[in-house]
Amino acid sequence: MLDPAHGGADAGARGANGVLESEVVLSFASQARAALERQGLRVLLTRQGNENPSFDDRSAVVNGQRGAIFISFHISSTGPTGTARVYSLPPVSRASRPPSPTGTERTGLALWDQAQDAYNVLSRRLAELVQIQLAQRFRGSPEVPATAAVRQLRTVAAPAIAIEISSVSVPNRNPLEQMAPALAEAIVRSVADFQTVYEPGAK
Amino acid sequence: MSHRAKMAIGILVVAVLVAAFYLPGLVRHVFRLARPERTEEQAQREVTQPPVITPTDVNVKAKIFWASTTSPGILEPVEVQLPLSADPVQRSRQLINALITQVPAPEQRTLPADTTLLEFYLLSDGTAVADFSDSLSAATPSGILSEQMAVDSIARTLAASVEPIGRLKILIHGQDTETLAGHLDLTGFFLVRAESPPAAPTPPAAPGRKAAASGLTPPAAPGKLAH
Repeated sequence: MLDPAHGGADAGARGANGVLESEVVLSFASQARAALERQGLRVLLTRQGNENPSFDDRSAVVNGQRGAIFISFHISSTGPTGTARVYSLPPVSRASRPPSPTGTERTGLALWDQAQDAYNVLSRRLAELVQIQLAQRFRGSPEVPATAAVRQLRTVAAPAIAIEISSVSVPNRNPLEQMAPALAEAIVRSVADFQTVYEPGAK
Repeated sequence: MSHRAKMAIGILVVAVLVAAFYLPGLVRHVFRLARPERTEEQAQREVTQPPVITPTDVNVKAKIFWASTTSPGILEPVEVQLPLSADPVQRSRQLINALITQVPAPEQRTLPADTTLLEFYLLSDGTAVADFSDSLSAATPSGILSEQMAVDSIARTLAASVEPIGRLKILIHGQDTETLAGHLDLTGFFLVRAESPPAAPTPPAAPGRKAAASGLTPPAAPGKLAH
């Protein structure tokens, strides 16, 4: 599942020269989709055009798929141009969470707001694999992923990461668009690597 | 002396008296115009956020975390001489005010210049609640990195100088808000000091080592919201 963030009235980060995050990430996701489909994978996008599904709508799409992984695309407002950072949610901590309704532990049901909990370790592994590939292609990118409380990831019941490319502060879309093929290639390679640890029975 | 001359002298005397009456006011007005104009931000801050001064203030070198000038995307502590209160709530207010107003250089700013801290509470379990003006949400540059640095700068500045705070809740104008500027989740609590509060179990630390070694904030570090 590929998630071009924002859309509609929410353009996301806006560059001084008119570059809009919502437009560029849609292009990134479309090119990554084509590259993944060439590998025989089934790929869905959380939005096809300039609409803006809610966080929960996007999560609902991926949570309805068995064996899915979720990659959310973002462009930052700041940061070194031409670099890419990968994020997963931090490890689970009760101290950081509002009190849960009682009874969920006994039923074994997962709370919607905590859907990512069970996938935290897998998400971290996926983030590491993608960040390694991106660091090889985009000079100046970190070699290890970071963790951040990205809202979109919290309600995803699947391995889930966010990729943020720097940045909208470029003269026009071209420098960012030129990153799209390498970004797609990095995702194809890392998803192939991740399948060996994620798919049941695979080594 | 002719009648006309008397009239002219009379008018002149009246004019001199009027001028003498208005001249001091005119001079004051000219001097006021010559002074640099206060920005709207400064005027707003004077009304909503007067300097926090308490009887227990002691001048100390406090570590304030701003964006690094040499390593983009990283926070670095800067030692600033500040009068800080012994009361943890007032101390936290003073530190957050300094974080907003005493930025060494514009490129080091992590919180928008016109952000004000509206309220600050500290609960007995070590939970701090910081209520900021709308500007924190509206003017923080949209993006995971910039939003994370904004929250991290608050959490790490508090962690360095306020002992009893274990976790931090951020409100925007008194409201629980879903995200800071479209990305970072504000619905939970951010860890300020992992080991401190009685109600805050230490989170698992396994995958953090590599990130810490590379200069990235590790998962269990201050400012991280874990789920």
